[in-house]
Amino acid sequence: MIDPKAGADGNLGNKRIDLELIADMVESGSRVLDIGCGTGELLDLLVNRRQADGRGLELSQAGVNACVARGLSVVQGNADTDLSYYPDNGFDTVILSQTLQATQKPREVLREMARIGPQLIVSIPNFGHWRVRAHLALRGRMPETKALASSWYETANIHLCTLLDFTDLCAELDLKVAQCITLTNGRAHQSTQAPGSWKNLTAEQAVFVLQRS
Amino acid sequence: MSDTEQVENGGKNLDGLATVELKNIALQLDSGQILDQITISYRTFGQLNKDKSNAILICHALTLDQHVAGDNPTNGKPGWWSSIVGPGLPIDTDKFFVICQNVIGGCAGSTGPTSMKPDGSGVYGIDFPVITIADMVRAQNLLLDYLEIPDLFCVLGGSMGGMQTLQWAAAHSERVFCAIPIATSARHSSQNIAFHEVGRQAVLADPEFHAGAYQQYDARPRKGLAVARMAAHITYLSETALQRKFGRNLQDRDAVTYGFEADFQIESYLRHQGMTFVERFDANSYLYITRAMDYFDIAADHGGNLSAAFQGTSTRFCVMSFTSDWLFPTSESIALVRALNAAGANVSFVEIESDKGHDAFLLDEPEMFATLDGFLRAAARDRGLS
Repeated sequence: MIDPKAGADGNLGNKRIDLELIADMVESGSRVLDIGCGTGELLDLLVNRRQADGRGLELSQAGVNACVARGLSVVQGNADTDLSYYPDNGFDTVILSQTLQATQKPREVLREMARIGPQLIVSIPNFGHWRVRAHLALRGRMPETKALASSWYETANIHLCTLLDFTDLCAELDLKVAQCITLTNGRAHQSTQAPGSWKNLTAEQAVFVLQRS
Repeated sequence: MSDTEQVENGGKNLDGLATVELKNIALQLDSGQILDQITISYRTFGQLNKDKSNAILICHALTLDQHVAGDNPTNGKPGWWSSIVGPGLPIDTDKFFVICQNVIGGCAGSTGPTSMKPDGSGVYGIDFPVITIADMVRAQNLLLDYLEIPDLFCVLGGSMGGMQTLQWAAAHSERVFCAIPIATSARHSSQNIAFHEVGRQAVLADPEFHAGAYQQYDARPRKGLAVARMAAHITYLSETALQRKFGRNLQDRDAVTYGFEADFQIESYLRHQGMTFVERFDANSYLYITRAMDYFDIAADHGGNLSAAFQGTSTRFCVMSFTSDWLFPTSESIALVRALNAAGANVSFVEIESDKGHDAFLLDEPEMFATLDGFLRAAARDRGLS
């Protein structure tokens, strides 16, 4: 897991839009677990604007300390190893923003999330974006884009996928796409449909609201 | 309360130093024994608000006392957490009413091995019953009852103080709004019991110990207790800190003496630590309190399941550990945090980068201060205190 809010690999210029959109998707007063909560921007929005009972899990100690110092309930931990310690249905919504691609076992992480709460909000960078495809196709080199800024040998993103790959996995795990927000050049497009081939080519990142079916 | 009597300050003392003697109250101990007519020495800072909702209990570590802030009247030194507790500090005495009580079994005023037996037949000495962390917390509950404070905004402490904090949260969670266990564990590890045993054996081997009745012989097992302290003191530091502070530096000499004097600065330092400790601490108290820590194991009281101890708790937690603390390593805090998460508790966990070892919790650690400040502010806001 990386610290997506601290300028690490996977950070996007329009992260604020991403966070605002996610905050709006969370029901007021609900119990929320934010996995990979960074320095707590989203959690802060959730707790203070949506009156959520918000908790966070963050890998980087600096991120955790910053969160707790601003009054948020956050523990240091790893999405791959620590989710199993959370109780079934302990939360209403479980959020994983810009972190799935950095986990060892993304499928297990999603499975655990679905066990912990009935609603999942997951945001991922899209490896199917045309710029990524062009980079590999035309230059014959591993893509380095704004969203995927590190060299192949030092990136934390070990499990990249396209939006279609992701929705395939969701189907396998019986997770229904209730909403999908795609971000293209800082503009958000909201849909209740899973993304198709066009979005898979044009969106830089997407935020999915998933529900256990 | 009619069944209590104040021996020193008269009236319930909510401001300053106080000792209260609980005459007709018996403390039922885990061992099955009963401790009658206990005395509790405590100290308070700040003002209790009208709703009695701003009380913070600070639990002290093994060899510390109730003098958490202000000056310690016995030696004139500042309190052991005076950089944290005071006006405008993270534990803000302009905002909170702070209580710190000398533990039962201690030697700073509360009933312990140096106290007179209720029947007047001399001091307890080794006849003092074995006490546990839970017993210490029971005595603190009695003090709260006596002060007529229904519940605590916060309980916190480091090391053994953290054990008491966890015991409060596990056994009296309805009286604890938030808890901050620092550099501690839900159970004393085998290695820690081992170090305590070394210390106790050093005391017991001292000929001046007189089977615990040394006060009757006007003697004190100084050497044994000093060795116990020297060994323990090493466990409070880190290798890095020792190396930085002392290295292999020689003490007031240019070359080694080919003898067993304190050639090295570290030797001289430890001897000094041992010698000053015996002036302020009672050997029997040391035996009893180390034993209380050894027996501590919250999970064992709940069928071996730590999270069961905190199931359904409404207390919110902020767990802190230090990277170089090998006495209460971060792994112990992580086990605690996982159990709290499994119990659905509201928990924060911060590991603080420090090379100062276990003692870091007593030192100037800005990240600890920031964490305390942030956590307490948020909790105070939710309790309607700010």
